[in-house]
Amino acid sequence: MGELTPGGSTFSGPIDSLFFIVLIVTGAAFVLVEGILAYTLVRFRKRAGQKAAFIFGSRRLELAWTVVPGFMLLGLAFYQYNTWVDAKIRIPDGPDALYVDISANQFEWQATYAGLDGRLDSADDVKAPINLMHFPVNRTVVVRLTSVDVIHSFFVPALRVKQDAIPGRYMRLWFRATEPGQYELACAELCGLGHYRMRAQVIVEPQADFDAWLAEVVERSR
Amino acid sequence: MAVAQPVDHMPLAHEKELPFIRRYIFSTDHKVIGRQFLFSSLFFFFFGGLIAMLIRTQLAWPWREVPVLGRILYGASGNILSPEQYPALVTMHGTIMIFFFIIPVLSGAFGNFLIPLMIGARDMAFPRLNMLSYWVMVPAFFIMLAGFWVEGGTAAAGWTSYAPLSALPEMLPGSGTGQNLWILSLILVGSASIMGAINYITTIVIMRAPGMHMFRLPMTVWSLLITAILVLMGTPVLTSALLLLLFDRTIGTSFFLPAGGGNPILWQHLFWFYSHPAVYIMILPAMGIASDVISCFARKPLFGYKPMVFSIIGIAGLGFIVWGHHMFISGMNPVLGITFMTSTMMVALPSAVKTFNWLATLWGGQIQLTAPMLNALAFVSTFVIGGLSGLFAAATPVDIFLHDTYWIVGHIHYVLFGGSLFGVFAAVQYWYPKMFGRMMSDRWGRIHFILTFVCFNLVFFPMFILGAYGMPRRIADYSGYTYLAPLQGINQFMTLAAYLLALAQVILLVNFFVSLARGKKAAENPWQANTLEWSTSSPPPRENFHALPVVYRGAYEYSSPAVAEDWLPQDRALEQAERQPAVEPAPAD
Repeated sequence: MGELTPGGSTFSGPIDSLFFIVLIVTGAAFVLVEGILAYTLVRFRKRAGQKAAFIFGSRRLELAWTVVPGFMLLGLAFYQYNTWVDAKIRIPDGPDALYVDISANQFEWQATYAGLDGRLDSADDVKAPINLMHFPVNRTVVVRLTSVDVIHSFFVPALRVKQDAIPGRYMRLWFRATEPGQYELACAELCGLGHYRMRAQVIVEPQADFDAWLAEVVERSR
Repeated sequence: MAVAQPVDHMPLAHEKELPFIRRYIFSTDHKVIGRQFLFSSLFFFFFGGLIAMLIRTQLAWPWREVPVLGRILYGASGNILSPEQYPALVTMHGTIMIFFFIIPVLSGAFGNFLIPLMIGARDMAFPRLNMLSYWVMVPAFFIMLAGFWVEGGTAAAGWTSYAPLSALPEMLPGSGTGQNLWILSLILVGSASIMGAINYITTIVIMRAPGMHMFRLPMTVWSLLITAILVLMGTPVLTSALLLLLFDRTIGTSFFLPAGGGNPILWQHLFWFYSHPAVYIMILPAMGIASDVISCFARKPLFGYKPMVFSIIGIAGLGFIVWGHHMFISGMNPVLGITFMTSTMMVALPSAVKTFNWLATLWGGQIQLTAPMLNALAFVSTFVIGGLSGLFAAATPVDIFLHDTYWIVGHIHYVLFGGSLFGVFAAVQYWYPKMFGRMMSDRWGRIHFILTFVCFNLVFFPMFILGAYGMPRRIADYSGYTYLAPLQGINQFMTLAAYLLALAQVILLVNFFVSLARGKKAAENPWQANTLEWSTSSPPPRENFHALPVVYRGAYEYSSPAVAEDWLPQDRALEQAERQPAVEPAPAD
């Protein structure tokens, strides 16, 4: 277990370290509880003729094991806020970002890129081949995600992004890939009998390669 | 202490006078109904488990011929599972295990059997409603089962049945008649739950024996009371949501369909508003059972009785404001995610308090490792893993990765198999002598326990590894993914462990049925326990007690210095001289 599958986006650092922190906290609690449990089972086995302690509780202990875990849990929650806000609430919006439309349907992913005019929702938008999407490395990508039939979920494990695609709604999600490579997009929400094969190839590459690929797509769509 | 004379709330006809059908089939006796729930839910357990074996087989060897069983089940497609069948199996496994096994076995079987006996009543407050509750669940199961034979097969949108997948018949083969049957069946089984809940609450509130104050109730009864309140508050919401879904499917409404102005997320809110508390409906009774079994076999008073009661109430209360943690990435406003994360983290607190109190109960005890005790201890140790693994998913940024992966599947099975099911195993073996008048074999119980405990961990712990790899749940075949291809070995290992786990349950089954005929006759109080059910014969007569008991103390005065034995039944009056040392326990808080 120990760690998540290797990542390649700006989210990998914070999410993986939060995973690790939760692992440390829960790991310590696990060792403590199971350790005490195992110890009592050995130390306090039934002995003939002996009686157990006649104790009904301890206010001090109850207070200790309510307050200490209480603050730890609250602290653990507060510690997550920033990363969550960065990932899902403070979605970047600027001229440098690449805007892409992604639409899901049973059982395909369709990415739409701005054409030569650099703007979506215009006449020269181009559709990438089904189940294929390219993204430039080290550049913010903002996706407008929707579905045409049922709920699907956009999950690229290596980029640490997941967002449900809802029919009738546009969800925004963003990421910034840091490692060029070929990744996989898996649908993470049960969407029908072909759910298991609803995957796409995600290519992260330098800006120049991306431009070349997009130009080729534009060319082919003419 | 002035004690009121016991009042017989409900003199019933004597057993001998009733015809067979009223005595064993349409009986209003809570003990008979409890046994009926036990037998049917054990049947559903094996049925749901068999489906799990098919799922595991597919995951280890995708699209391979299944010998023997394949010919029976997948005859049409040549002994091989078809892509349509996998989501159907996943749906049926979840639905049957949750709605037809865990909830009925805990609340239906043990709630029914134990509540009147443990509070010193002759029966439930509404015996006919009680009977109806069982007989509404039975047709519900056959309606669900009928889905396997209708056009398109049974429901296949998952036990969560997210709309629009579940709302649009054209989206899924099983979304035809099978999905309608699924909805009807759940409405019925929910109604059965509600009937039970009304009955349990009324019975516990008004029918306690004289001297049985609320704070003298055993934890099992407290947990069943709080569970009943959860059922009463949550289930009507699910029932309403199911009706809306049925309307969307049949008469053209659009509650959950965006094309007609509806909202698919609404289904998720309504569904989880019930189904998250449902997790506590499935775990709280097991917590109560574990508390009673642990205190009895540690021969020591339960540590922190009142904190244990308040933490159950705390879990139940917080349980109603955490449902959004199922929806962090659903498209729900992400600001709400922060609120739900915080409340979810806080629900771990009363769970931690309970765990520490169990450990403190064991500390300084005289522990006897009988089969029921081993299962109760397994409940504690695996529930801890279940709870802690939930914290990862509660942490919203981490959940971006873990949501809908095998991490969640592992988490839920550690809570519901590791938690609830070990609680059920403990309860079956602990109360078997009271239910059937005979002892189960403790040796075979321990063998069953060790095999189950080891295999359980071998099946479900690797799910956390799969989750960390990012393997999505509910996929029939992962071999097409490059990043998941290395996981076939570990999946095959889990499947083999799952087969062993299933085989180990045969030991329980054989032990259960052989003991019915051949088990040693049980005495009134074979475990030397304190609660009231042990002060009547095994099994109890039709009206439970020969004379209604009077209660003098709480349920946990084990190893009291006031008496020579290490147990002190709740209904045993002590002479004034004996009472001096400590008849009222030192206050726990």
